[in-house]
Amino acid sequence: MKPFTISLRSLGRHSFLAITTTFVLVPFIWMISLSLKPPGESFNGSFSLLPQTWHAAQNYTRAMTASPLPRFMFNGFFVCGVILTLQLLVCTPIAYALAKLKFPGRNVLFALVLIGLLVPGQVLALPLFILAHQLNLLNTYAALVFPFIVSPFGIFLFRQFFNTIPDDIVHAARLDGMSEFAIVWRIMLPMAVPALIAFSIFSVVGHWNDLFWPLIAVRSQELMPPPLGLMAFKNEDTGIDYGPLMAASTIVVAPLVIVFLVAQSWFIRGLTAGGVK
Amino acid sequence: MRRLRLAESLVACALAAPGLFLLVALFILPVAGVLVIAFTDWQFGAASLNFVGLKNFTEIFADAAFRKALANTMLYTAIVVPGTIVLGLAVALAIESGQTMRAFYRAVHFLPYMATLAAMAITWEALLHPTIGLVNQVLTAAGLPTANWLRDERTVLPVLAIIGIWQNLGFAMVLFLAGLTAIPRDLYDAADVDGIDFWFDRFRLITLPMLGPVLMFVVIVVALHGLEIFDTVQTLTQGGPNHASDVLLYTLYRESFQYLRTGYGAAVTVVFLMIVVALTLIQTRIMDRKVHYQ
Amino acid sequence: MSGLELRNICKNFGSTNVIRNLSLDVVPGEFLTLLGPSGCGKSTLLRIIAGLELQDEGSVAIGGRAVDGLRPKRRDVAMVFQSYALYPHMSVARNLAIPLLMRRLNTLQRLPVFSAFVPGTAAKKAEIASEVARIAKSIGIDHLLDRKPSQLSGGQRQRVAVGRAMVRQPAVFLMDEPLSNLDAKLRVQMRAEIKELHQRLGVTFIYVTHDQVEAMTLSDRVAVMLDGELLQVAPPQEIYTNPHDRRVAEFVGSPKINMIDVKVREGGLAKIGGQVLPLEFDAKQDTLTIGIRPEAFRLTDSRDPNSLSSIVRLIEHMGSDLFVHVDLSGVPDPVIARLPAWSSHIAPGSSLHLRITTEQVLLFSKDGKRLKPQASVTPLRGLVR
Repeated sequence: MKPFTISLRSLGRHSFLAITTTFVLVPFIWMISLSLKPPGESFNGSFSLLPQTWHAAQNYTRAMTASPLPRFMFNGFFVCGVILTLQLLVCTPIAYALAKLKFPGRNVLFALVLIGLLVPGQVLALPLFILAHQLNLLNTYAALVFPFIVSPFGIFLFRQFFNTIPDDIVHAARLDGMSEFAIVWRIMLPMAVPALIAFSIFSVVGHWNDLFWPLIAVRSQELMPPPLGLMAFKNEDTGIDYGPLMAASTIVVAPLVIVFLVAQSWFIRGLTAGGVK
Repeated sequence: MRRLRLAESLVACALAAPGLFLLVALFILPVAGVLVIAFTDWQFGAASLNFVGLKNFTEIFADAAFRKALANTMLYTAIVVPGTIVLGLAVALAIESGQTMRAFYRAVHFLPYMATLAAMAITWEALLHPTIGLVNQVLTAAGLPTANWLRDERTVLPVLAIIGIWQNLGFAMVLFLAGLTAIPRDLYDAADVDGIDFWFDRFRLITLPMLGPVLMFVVIVVALHGLEIFDTVQTLTQGGPNHASDVLLYTLYRESFQYLRTGYGAAVTVVFLMIVVALTLIQTRIMDRKVHYQ
Repeated sequence: MSGLELRNICKNFGSTNVIRNLSLDVVPGEFLTLLGPSGCGKSTLLRIIAGLELQDEGSVAIGGRAVDGLRPKRRDVAMVFQSYALYPHMSVARNLAIPLLMRRLNTLQRLPVFSAFVPGTAAKKAEIASEVARIAKSIGIDHLLDRKPSQLSGGQRQRVAVGRAMVRQPAVFLMDEPLSNLDAKLRVQMRAEIKELHQRLGVTFIYVTHDQVEAMTLSDRVAVMLDGELLQVAPPQEIYTNPHDRRVAEFVGSPKINMIDVKVREGGLAKIGGQVLPLEFDAKQDTLTIGIRPEAFRLTDSRDPNSLSSIVRLIEHMGSDLFVHVDLSGVPDPVIARLPAWSSHIAPGSSLHLRITTEQVLLFSKDGKRLKPQASVTPLRGLVR
């Protein structure tokens, strides 16, 4: 009697999760499926996932050549890389100062960080747009990068992590003759690798996927990161031929999904910590 | 001793200075700036400005399009939050109730939260295409009525909300899973002995109350995500048809950066900021209060 | 009043046998302690009795009724958990009321808002509230009824946990290390309260602990458990003085019993240092182990022909006694002797003359079985000169 109830339960569990899994996965599957089909097949209303005639090569070639998709992808990697590097350079020392040093105004500084944490990026778009205009930055790589050089979330996360590192380690490093600067980079950051990974994922995913700010900051195609480039591609390709567009979408989504499947738990940790922001 | 402390302060200032400068330049002053602009008649590119009090705010609230956008955002959030919570909790409970394939289900459900929404929105458009989209094909095959989902005033917002639920469900699920693991096993054992052994009683008397703080937290965060809806609207509907999918951030974007109506845009920004701050304050209040479980 | 019968219980977790073919009878109204080191399977056994865990083989009967297929709530048992497992989001009153609410109200009456419209609910709830109040008063927590568990001290939480077990008036009380989260002083106090509670209620108690003092002080009988097996079930005094197994002798008693391996000489004699011990047992052995409890040593002097000469290594002062660690000549490991506190001339490094009280010596064969003296109540008589 017992094994029967257990298997019934497990059947119910898997059935329910199969339904939600389908709901979650259908867009991904359909995207890939359409990216493999010739134009005719997207029309004729077949449910089949795999195409009757494979059109993958044509679609993906078209996606890579009809629009500057390789350029969009490069822009994405480049902008995300620069943003992350600058964020780490700026956030680590200030987080260390907040966590381990005593100085007047420390609480005020931390309050500023919390205010920064509270303000959603979209609120800053208008003034930063004006600032970029004044500095003549609009429509440059710099425009894509500068609002994000300092990340209040990064400061907050690193400060929390540094707080858990015993003060004695800092004291020992000082006795060994290390400068505060060296302590930040040679002791604290290497010890904060979990925070570093979580923050890196949060930052890269956020900026790779960002559409709002690039839409405001750049106009020329050579500077567009992937989501914005995809919009441009979609708008000029007005036909109903989904193949190349789906191929382009697949290429844009793929890098993060692949890394996610490899480093799942890190991703989940980084993004939920960030969602908490 | 004093000199040592002074030295420490100097070092701290040197380490914090770049971050401090950028925080002020890129967060504090811009927020102050947008607050100022919202109360002036300044327009993008103008050389002078005058304070006009609440004029920008009376203007936006007099504008039916803005009121529609505000109402749409609220309605969208009002669908996404319960939908995400119920589905996310159900998935988390289902995953937690067994031992097999946990990592798989967790990863799959989390996928939409990290995938590029702009790209996925294009796929949703293909799925929802009135003639060749999978959704209508399935509905037709099942003998059910179809619709032009994204071009129909009545369906566009609920459809966007379903995409919102699709995207946020994994986020809620992960937080609920963490919350469920934190409930001590002993409590369920005690409940068994005390006779709380019907699943609904267990859920009502143990699981749900023990998840209380996590639940409140997820509600607020998903609500914030809901208020920030932009990518799907920009990609799929551009606020249409007939403002039926206009939302706060889309209005903000359109007025500020396409029409360059700076005062209007600033006022919308301030309204958006107020809503977000209010929600965040509620969240902090709740988190501070939820200590009685310790 | 109900007793409890366990027949041939087996439980495996994967390939580990946690409980091996265990049988046990508990007399109605008895206070029985399952004593053993952590990981011996005692908690698992308790959970099997409660119905929280299912045995792979064997059967459980409570009050003569087989309960194997029954859910915990139908078994007429109550349990006090090590962590107390109080519902943190409910007041003390509600924690106490839950077992009654769950069994006396039907499904409709338990529904949150709707229940107000179901006839009879209010009366039942009032009756439950008065019972809760009575129980709370009887264990001295009636002033805490409105508090949440987080607002209580450790001892108060423990009382609430006991109260929650009491309200249903179960046939069997199960307690899983209920005192282990308390500080030493409170533990002694609550120990006495549990003993008193048992005397007052008169129902069967099954109490799991790894603390031998708790087992000895509380129990009518102690069941010593090791590696999923019961080694011996007997009253506390017998467990101490008449252990059936070397492992029982070693687990019970503090400081630990001294175990000395000896070769048996002609005529059943063994020699430790200068003292010759007469060994009477019913099996042929060439080597065996002699167990000597620390209090089986007595001080004597060099004129005693049977004295063992020893060198003092270190002394632990316990107030009423001294634990003296000594090297006995001819014995490889140091032994511990418990001597009266006024044996003040003892100092580290000094030599000491000890004598073994042979009546208290325990003999074990190589495989750890106790070697019973040949059909005699007081087998070891006097010393051989």
